[in-house]
Amino acid sequence: MNRLIYIFIAGVLFGLGLAISGMTDPTRVIAFLDIAGNWDPSLMFVMGGALGTYALCMKFTRKIRCGKGMCDTVLPSAESDPVSRRLLIGSALFGVGWALAGFCPGPALANLAAFRTEALIFVPLMLLGMSIAHCLFGSDQ
Amino acid sequence: MFDGTYTYYHALLGGILIGLASFLASLVTGKVPGISGVCARLLVRSTPDKPWRLVFLVGLIVGASVAFQLVAPASDYRPQSSIFISALAGLIVGFGTRIGGGCTSGHGVCGIGLGAKDSLVATITFMVFGILTVYITHHLMA
Repeated sequence: MNRLIYIFIAGVLFGLGLAISGMTDPTRVIAFLDIAGNWDPSLMFVMGGALGTYALCMKFTRKIRCGKGMCDTVLPSAESDPVSRRLLIGSALFGVGWALAGFCPGPALANLAAFRTEALIFVPLMLLGMSIAHCLFGSDQ
Repeated sequence: MFDGTYTYYHALLGGILIGLASFLASLVTGKVPGISGVCARLLVRSTPDKPWRLVFLVGLIVGASVAFQLVAPASDYRPQSSIFISALAGLIVGFGTRIGGGCTSGHGVCGIGLGAKDSLVATITFMVFGILTVYITHHLMA
């Protein structure tokens, strides 16, 4: 039960972060990808802040707790698989879809909080796309 | 400071919150909490640890809702996609993130944060294809 309270807090922080960072605004995301236009570097600050914070917290916690997490878990480690054609094709497709509407999965979900039309369409279709991938290629990834 | 217009401080603070959230989620679940993965696993019948995944996503929506109400620039929303493009983009994002094994959070934040080389390659790939796509939609087709 405690674990679910922590994970709820984590979810709330994540949603706060997405909205405060401006990443729930599709135009800001698209403007980051528009290097030939009026480039908006915001996403770089968001990703830098998130990545740096996550990397530092994980590094220190791993040291202090000898790799152990809370609630009888082991902290995840960098299990880098060899780069496969599947990883490249999937990521390329994701990039195209991301740029078409300016939504990646997190911000799309966050926008459900305000019942925004585009997100209400995007999210069910995203779940459908995931299910199709599971049917065709298995759900082990 | 955070209630006027949008600044890079919002971007940085938001990013730090996302990093802390991901860390807390990793700490109590032992997993890499990428949003596409957390979401997709809920669709698989045999997933054993569904409750935390669902609670995490509900929390995300609650958190966003709070920020939309309390922080003025957080509620900026300028959609560019028609209904058809929103649907198409959703389908491609869902499919692509499952084939590629992650999205902006799973690969871009956590994967790179843990030092995984394949996540770095994935992130560079989706950035490059995102940039190419926007170049086509906003410059070649505009």
